[in-house]
Amino acid sequence: MSAETAPLKTNLPVPKKRPDSPWQIAIRRFARNRLAVIGLFIVVFMFLLCFIGPFFSPYDLYDYNKLDKNLPPSSKYWLGTDKLGRDILLRMMLAGRISLLVGLVATGISVIIGATLGAIAGFYRKWVDTLTMRIADIFMAIPTLPILIILGTILSDLKVEPSDRIYFLMLIIGVLGWSSVSRLVRGQILGLREQEFMQATEALGLKDRRKIFRHLLPNTIPIIIVSATLGVAGAILYESALSYLGIGVVPPTPSWGNMLSAANNMIDFRKRPWLWIPPGMCILVTVVAINLIGDGLRDALDPKMKK
Amino acid sequence: MKQYIIRRLLQIIPTLIGISIIIFAISSLVPGDYITAVNNPTMTAEKAAQLREIYGLDKPPVERYLTWVGNMIKGNLGDSLVHKQPVTTVMNNYVWNSFFVAIFSLIFSWIIATFAGVFSAKFQYSLFDKIVTLLIFLCMSLPSFFIGLLLIKFFALDLGWFPVGGMKTSGLNGSTWDQLIDIAWHMFLPVMVLTMLSTGSLTRYFRTSMLEVIRQDYIRTARAKGLKERTVIFKHALRNAMLPAITLIGFELPSLFGGAIILEKIFIWPGVGQVYLESINMRDYPFMLGFTVFISVLTLVGNLLSDVLYGAADPRIRLK
Repeated sequence: MSAETAPLKTNLPVPKKRPDSPWQIAIRRFARNRLAVIGLFIVVFMFLLCFIGPFFSPYDLYDYNKLDKNLPPSSKYWLGTDKLGRDILLRMMLAGRISLLVGLVATGISVIIGATLGAIAGFYRKWVDTLTMRIADIFMAIPTLPILIILGTILSDLKVEPSDRIYFLMLIIGVLGWSSVSRLVRGQILGLREQEFMQATEALGLKDRRKIFRHLLPNTIPIIIVSATLGVAGAILYESALSYLGIGVVPPTPSWGNMLSAANNMIDFRKRPWLWIPPGMCILVTVVAINLIGDGLRDALDPKMKK
Repeated sequence: MKQYIIRRLLQIIPTLIGISIIIFAISSLVPGDYITAVNNPTMTAEKAAQLREIYGLDKPPVERYLTWVGNMIKGNLGDSLVHKQPVTTVMNNYVWNSFFVAIFSLIFSWIIATFAGVFSAKFQYSLFDKIVTLLIFLCMSLPSFFIGLLLIKFFALDLGWFPVGGMKTSGLNGSTWDQLIDIAWHMFLPVMVLTMLSTGSLTRYFRTSMLEVIRQDYIRTARAKGLKERTVIFKHALRNAMLPAITLIGFELPSLFGGAIILEKIFIWPGVGQVYLESINMRDYPFMLGFTVFISVLTLVGNLLSDVLYGAADPRIRLK
């Protein structure tokens, strides 16, 4: 900028920069949180690895190389092979697809049920609220893991096809997890419904459904995002615990949890750590990374938590 | 206060009814029963029917539910089919094994969390604080079974420092003292895993509440009147920061007595969690149902306890 033009400009009205939207502020705040960004990179990497990685693998999930049984990691099989001669790396990537999908869909189910019920309870209050929250109390007090184990056993007893089991698992984990979301959303809605913009919707004569889903719920999205992120981590842990016990995702469909159950065999546990340590590390790293993101999002989206 | 407790206790009743219905309904969906699960080759259809009649397995679900609830109110949870003893006796036999692991890990995690939380709040943004923050996340996200397996692999199998599992070395005939040492030695790894699992969120809790307290005026006053920094932090600040943590004691209740299902399975620890897992596999309904309800009751009572404790500890909170 030259010195001559500067005085001229001062006479002109300064063009006002549009203030940043809350989302832009949130993104900036998130980007400043180094741990959260690292977490995001790890999760993106995991997704790429699991969903695109298998296309670059020279092996097939059902390649039984009888000559290459139980090989330790080498340049041919980067993470070794199992007792059927299958490539562990490929199995691990495909298992990741299942584990990540179960985590995401289960949380999606929890959020849809929880947000809807929470919004309805907070909006109508009175007996609707009391009833919904009492049911939420019941779901909160029911011990999740034991019930999941019982339900998983039922799936095994009913001889559900292995390929269908993941859908049931998503449903079960999802349905059991709605209560915490519903409480959060209800609490927010109780406050939001007293605000002026709700009087405006009243004046416009909007229907209740429109008020709830178009005007109230969108305002709770930040809090839903945070609790959903943390929920995905929890759902992945539940899935892997069940699959480890042999009542979640069952072979031949691989999941990180059921790959870990190789450790139940004493010889594999002791002599062939490449069978169970890599999937275990995947669970650990993914869950840590998701929790880091969730925490970063909480700081970024919840202005009350500002330091 | 008394009124508040009574009202909360009354509120628990409908919740409990709901819980018992859900738990009963889910478990009655399980196909097969104890008789088929035992898999006795000499079992004839006639004999099976006879046994079902004895155990009351032939009645319709609604009737079974009502009998079960009726007995439960009287404090009778029925007899465990596997152990051939009252459910309460079986629970009493195994719950303490779980309790000892849980109480030790509770004590350790509170001590570690207090120090880690206090110092990372005192030196916020320092390297120590950053490391603690990262460790907190690691602990909060640990899959218990994987960490348990890793520890067994390295510390028990490869290095041979600890036993692989169980609670006692079989055939050990020493003095009481030797046996206690033996049990402590077996307990080390499970306690370590449980401590790791619970320290994360606890440290975070202490750190945040410490950060809040440390900025308050009375802390500045304490420093201004020339108190030692140690006195300021541990006496004036920590006491107030601990206040909200009292509520956590209530939430610990179910984990103290509920056992750790997967961890006990991995460490072959004879705790109630492992017995519970076995009861599900064996379709031992009385135990399975009774214990699930037991954990739910603990959760509900724990919640109430933490609310009451909070009101008792902090006069600013009025419970109505």
